[in-house]
Amino acid sequence: MPLLEVKNLKAYYFISRGAVKAVDNVSIDLKRGESLGLAGESGCGKSTMGFALMNMLPPPGRIVEGSIRIDGQEIVGMGESELRKKIRWQEIAMIFQGAMNVLNPVYTVGYQVAEPLIFHRGMEKKEAIEKAKDYLEMVGLDPNIVNRYPHELSGGMKQRVVIATALIMKPKILIADEPTTALDVIVQAQIINLLKDLKRRLGLSIIVISHDLSMISELADRLAIMYAGKIVELGSSDIVYTRPMHPYTKALLNAIPRLRQKQERLEFIPGAPPNLLAPPPGCRFHPRCPYRFEPCDKEEPELLEIKPDHFVACHLFTKG
Amino acid sequence: METENGVIRVENLKKYFSIRRSFREFLRGSPAKFVRAVDGVSFAIRSKEVFGLVGESGCGKTTTGKLIVKLLYPTDGRMYYNGVDVTELSPEEEREYRKHVQIVFQDPYSSLDPRFRVYDILEEPLLITKVGETKEERKELIYRALEEVRLVPQEEFIGRFPHQLSGGQRQRVAIARALILGPEFLVADEPVSMLDLSIRAEILELMEELKERHRLTYLYITHDLSTARFFCDRIGVMYLGKIVELTTADRLVESPFHPYTKALLIAVPEPDPSQRHQIKEIPIIGEVPSAVNIPPGCRFHPRCPYRFEPCDKEEPELLEVEPGHYAACHLLKKA
Repeated sequence: MPLLEVKNLKAYYFISRGAVKAVDNVSIDLKRGESLGLAGESGCGKSTMGFALMNMLPPPGRIVEGSIRIDGQEIVGMGESELRKKIRWQEIAMIFQGAMNVLNPVYTVGYQVAEPLIFHRGMEKKEAIEKAKDYLEMVGLDPNIVNRYPHELSGGMKQRVVIATALIMKPKILIADEPTTALDVIVQAQIINLLKDLKRRLGLSIIVISHDLSMISELADRLAIMYAGKIVELGSSDIVYTRPMHPYTKALLNAIPRLRQKQERLEFIPGAPPNLLAPPPGCRFHPRCPYRFEPCDKEEPELLEIKPDHFVACHLFTKG
Repeated sequence: METENGVIRVENLKKYFSIRRSFREFLRGSPAKFVRAVDGVSFAIRSKEVFGLVGESGCGKTTTGKLIVKLLYPTDGRMYYNGVDVTELSPEEEREYRKHVQIVFQDPYSSLDPRFRVYDILEEPLLITKVGETKEERKELIYRALEEVRLVPQEEFIGRFPHQLSGGQRQRVAIARALILGPEFLVADEPVSMLDLSIRAEILELMEELKERHRLTYLYITHDLSTARFFCDRIGVMYLGKIVELTTADRLVESPFHPYTKALLIAVPEPDPSQRHQIKEIPIIGEVPSAVNIPPGCRFHPRCPYRFEPCDKEEPELLEVEPGHYAACHLLKKA
């Protein structure tokens, strides 16, 4: 049984003009000790996916349909207090995008890392802070910084503090939403190393969400490409990066400027991602797709296993 | 170092920002403190060249760009435009200068006034510099600028507010605004770093095309070495307010000399999943120190794996490693 099993998940935002279908019928699973990359451009629903997996979508967002099972336990429809007691931070934790910039400036670092233990486990403050020291050390920080305040730390150190906070309740799954985006290249490489190391040492299962395919390739065993609320391609990283099948994945990979290769031209995808209030009919990528043919604007392609463990949602492989 | 003039030449350019001392420091009469954002930078940008400045946040690259377009004034040093000293200009001369030297900012979400329609955004520079005397003339220039950045049909865009445009379209408007006065030199400060991958390539291609068509010269400022390699002819690497290495884009990537450049290059991830099982060795430690307390000697020495005896005392000069390839490192003398 996979550690995390998502089936037909739909998460919409209900605004006055209608429903924004940010995550629309997504199924995915995650094995123990595996890392999964969730990549896509802004507005493709990847962060919504992260929030939905914690079942903490901010209103007006709501999970409309589908199931999320963590270790066999269904969390869609679970009450808020139960989620808080049993699921969030203890089964599944998340590093929110930009979390390092929203550490509370008036509490010490140690207290902020220890806080979940005090509230959820009812631990004594002193004991909890001792425990926090272990976790700070684990993420490569000097444990003596427990008495420091966030403004005394650099960006990279703050991100490490956020990671320690997410791990202190020993979750099985860690969702990292753009964990390196605001960081400098060298610090970014250090944080990637840390996540690799934690995955190996703690047997952690990681979902890394990012627009940066280069960063994801350093972490993910499997890769899911999202476009307009749907997964369009899913497979092992080794295959998706080297032999992509979906036209969107191909174009995206060709648009990356490579440092170690001389490139004459970069490819780009004309047009812009669709409005998720009224996504185009049929395949959502068809208005931008160079290979579109007759069924594309009518029928929606299903995510099918085209090759063993390689799933693609494109008519080219079923009807072409 | 470089004697040729080029379109833009800066010589020992410096910009210090003073910071407030605490009350106690003030009473004690301790010396004034400065952030030395740009601390003695010299380079010349040749005509029709794309010159890149790369470095981590706080290295002074954006400040250098702002100094060149005269949005900030240097503490020390000189700047030349086509050989003419432009370090000190009167307000009228400055207005004239900005017809030739323009800038595109990083964030198209905040560099466009949300209360202006696209038409007004593009008309503003014309009104300020008094280009285009009649309304019709201005309209023609605006339509032409929109066509240049491929926002056509123009009628569809002129009435829109920035929030009605996508990120890529906003950056096109920003480029059109910079181009409308017909400049020769453009500072592009991280023009694509806020954009999505699929759009990023499109904007870079557009800038490349405009460069050919209008014989533009660019200063491309970025933290992203990969786009710099793609877009630039020559690259200068900045660290704490100084250029530590300067050479052609290809040489910089293929045979970097400075330990800092080497570390930067190693740290850049590549979309290659076979890397994921290894921990990457990053040869330098720690993070960039504050620009208030710049280390003595070579400012990189506390993080440098190769430091030896002169590094914490003498500041290395930018010297030629091979023709056209400069580095500021004591290892150079040792070799």
